[in-house]
Amino acid sequence: MLKNRIIPCLDVKNGRVVKGINFVDLKDAGDPVEQAKIYSDGGADEICFLDITASNENRDTIYEVVKKTSKKCFVPLTVGGGVRSIEDINKLLNCGADKVSINTAAVKNAAVVLESSKKFGSQCIVVAIDAKKSGDKWEVFTHGGRNNSGIDALEFAKKMEDSGAGELLVTSMDRDGTQVGYDINLMSEISSIVNIPVIASGGVGNLDHLVDGIKLGKVSAVLAASIFHYGKYTIKEAKEYLKSKNVQVRL
Amino acid sequence: MKLTIVDYNSGNISSVINSFREVAQNKVNIEVTSDLNKIISSDKVVLPGQGSFKSCIDALNSINGLVDGLNEFAISKKKPLLGICVGLQMFADTGYEESETKGLGWISGKVSKIDNQNGKYKLPHIGWNQINIIKESKIFKNVENNSHMYFVHSYEFIPEYKNVISATTDYSSNIVCSVEKENIFGTQFHPEKSDKIGLKIIDNFINL
Repeated sequence: MLKNRIIPCLDVKNGRVVKGINFVDLKDAGDPVEQAKIYSDGGADEICFLDITASNENRDTIYEVVKKTSKKCFVPLTVGGGVRSIEDINKLLNCGADKVSINTAAVKNAAVVLESSKKFGSQCIVVAIDAKKSGDKWEVFTHGGRNNSGIDALEFAKKMEDSGAGELLVTSMDRDGTQVGYDINLMSEISSIVNIPVIASGGVGNLDHLVDGIKLGKVSAVLAASIFHYGKYTIKEAKEYLKSKNVQVRL
Repeated sequence: MKLTIVDYNSGNISSVINSFREVAQNKVNIEVTSDLNKIISSDKVVLPGQGSFKSCIDALNSINGLVDGLNEFAISKKKPLLGICVGLQMFADTGYEESETKGLGWISGKVSKIDNQNGKYKLPHIGWNQINIIKESKIFKNVENNSHMYFVHSYEFIPEYKNVISATTDYSSNIVCSVEKENIFGTQFHPEKSDKIGLKIIDNFINL
């Protein structure tokens, strides 16, 4: 039986982790390679890097990080943030990323998704949707949540599936950083209208939120950042808890 | 010992290279190439593959003599070859992704889209699934039955003769996820992305 995936996400800025894991045995709390290794050794099903480097001059740092990480971690590695073109995707894959997540560029121009999934295969194209509730629907935001595109999130999700996306990474902007749980309605609605796997993101504060995301949000995978930082929970604790709640995980 | 990973523009093979180098350390000479002479003179060959069946076959055919070289290596000389993901699927006679495409024809069978039972199962089949080992295979030495492997695919290999199947996985139906026919090995899952247990399979292949 296919297992639900637990995906820790690390925010990387100029080649360093912004919010790190505060483990005693960690030599360097800001080194993304070392942190990714701790996650993969702990049983993470995949690792996600979000590059939040502000300036283009420092963009090359993420390539170095991906190169080093892919030589140490033998679980899938997804990299997102600032991915604009086929060339960006090609570079990241060549450095050892297994999947690339596209956000703003996919909203601006769906052809990027179409062309890249044709060229590299759908399996490595993840479309990241940042959605915010507006009345009785959700709208897609771009540029790290700063700009409202006005596009309906459900329609956009369907369009991305049709364009060849292999997975959707859905973040509720209303919940992101709040630690009150995923936006279950958003997750379950998107998951029910597309036939590709959906990864839930935004709002996890405790392990029950992971359970709810999978059971009620009907997603294939749950992504979380802060609950794994500072050693609040380990990946293993999270997975054992999910198992105790009858959620199928790889242990 | 010389092991060659076939580089034929089949998409992203960095993870395959990294994992084989990690397992081999300095004990095995690993080449990444599409050079025919190097392939034919290798002791072992790894055939990766990403994207569609058709795009991989087209990529193989676009390198002059490569298919003949692989045939010589695997069929005439019967040296060990491991196909991964679409690399395995290409062993078939025919693939039906994008359009009907002729495969390498090494193991009788076809490659068809997984039956998602009217949307009950999401496609691609992405993530960790357990393998059910149904035949002893040299690459499963010290790999426990029901181990988790990482999958990402929408198409499945359906061999004509079931005796080549070494493992299946349960997703919508029993999907063939590993085959062994004499010197030819293949995994639908990605050992290079399947953590320590995946590296064990790579180690087993290297040590054949």
